[in-house]
Amino acid sequence: MLKRTPLFETHQQLGARLVEFGGWEMPIHYTSIMDEHHAVRNFAGVFDICHMGEVGVSGSGAASFLNQVLTNDIAKLSVGEGQYSLMCNHSGGVIDDLYIYKIGVENYLLIINASRIDVDVSWLLEESQTLKGTDTVITDLSEKLGAIAIQGPATAKFIDHCVDSFDRAPSGLKKNQITQGQFAEESVYLARTGYTGEDGFELVAPVGTIGEIWNRALNLGGIHGLKPAGLGARDTLRTEVCYPLYGHELDEQKTPIEAGLGFFVNLDKGPFNGRDVLVRQKTQGVNRSCIAFKMTDKSAPPRPHYSVWSDGQKVGEVVSGTQSPSLNLGIGMAYVPPDLIQPGTSIEIEIRGKLFKAEIVKKPIYRKAS
Amino acid sequence: MTNVPSDLRYAKSHEWIRVVGDIATVGITDHAQHELTDIVFIELPQIAREIKAGEPCAVVESVKTASDIYSPVGGQVVEINPAVTNNPELTNKDPYGLGWFYKIKLSNPKEVDNLLDASSYTQQIQG
Repeated sequence: MLKRTPLFETHQQLGARLVEFGGWEMPIHYTSIMDEHHAVRNFAGVFDICHMGEVGVSGSGAASFLNQVLTNDIAKLSVGEGQYSLMCNHSGGVIDDLYIYKIGVENYLLIINASRIDVDVSWLLEESQTLKGTDTVITDLSEKLGAIAIQGPATAKFIDHCVDSFDRAPSGLKKNQITQGQFAEESVYLARTGYTGEDGFELVAPVGTIGEIWNRALNLGGIHGLKPAGLGARDTLRTEVCYPLYGHELDEQKTPIEAGLGFFVNLDKGPFNGRDVLVRQKTQGVNRSCIAFKMTDKSAPPRPHYSVWSDGQKVGEVVSGTQSPSLNLGIGMAYVPPDLIQPGTSIEIEIRGKLFKAEIVKKPIYRKAS
Repeated sequence: MTNVPSDLRYAKSHEWIRVVGDIATVGITDHAQHELTDIVFIELPQIAREIKAGEPCAVVESVKTASDIYSPVGGQVVEINPAVTNNPELTNKDPYGLGWFYKIKLSNPKEVDNLLDASSYTQQIQG
């Protein structure tokens, strides 16, 4: 039985096409992926991300515990700030990629992938057992909290009115900052983050308020071009800017260094899970790297699991691939050996038994004209 | 509301044909284009290719998915529509007109009788 978010009936009323994603029944699109993609790039879109998990970590031992299980450095966060981070196993493989916010002096909020909630929570609880004598409380809040993402250049014009009150005006936050607010006498969080490459906010609130917040956002954003947007546009938007998707660019056999996410691994902060492997990979190199590519031949869109070829040899596999609505050509990400990672390198993608030329490009594939 | 013109015949796999003499024009239905949305790539059969009824002979790719297109009738391909390979969204905009795929010389005109009429096809997609 697939799980449904508090917005399920809203999606049905909006005429959404629903699909399975990570055990949830989610909208893939309402009108069309292209239409919603362009709405987010040019104006704004609102996404149901209630399927994502939320975990609270608090106590006097929370910071040192989190710095043990995550790759980025928690010490860099002040209250009201967040960062992207990775949770690795002891071999450096990625258990999940997540956002962590410092919402109090000893109080952190983790936003994790829907398909990884059970795995992550078990891992966090197991790992906390090994840190004896410290006070760390781990709480899975995923059933209690929902979230929506409002993304696009127009979002800052109306975000402040999407809640009743706030500690700091959301529109005044810098990227990765978070503030608390109130909606219908409930506490909510607004963070200036997202998964689209556009300016935008993620709003975390008790599940009972999500429907009303969604409706208020749609009402306020409508005159700015806001549209409801589904997972289809979420995928094309994040692929254009090369954000990883768990299960594609990342899994327990792939490391952040291989994935090209070394920026979010702090090797100087002291010991943490997977550090030995990650240090070795950073100094001695890796056998494969996640690169971005664009099709140079006219072809059908590249898709996950298609083979990558070079000089008559199969050298790797596409992990994400789609037609880029912004660039109007096939794009993707793939794992290839180290000799092929330089931008400009020619590769071939096997699409339905035929090889089509593609070129390695620098990440992100799409960059907003400024 | 999905458009199902009454003068066409339909395959269960959502292709339509329009028969004039012994030549059938083939395309995909309004319902099919609506399901696919955002068509970005169309591959058509070679001219002169012999196709059996029910054989996969074209490919339609949208942003979200790839679909095989099955020929509703058998025969020889006599013409293809270059406009849709250059401009695939024509099939989204005008599936029964400018968005047609190919024309086929019927090898067995009786095969047309195996296809659905507009009311049966409408029943299928509403059911």
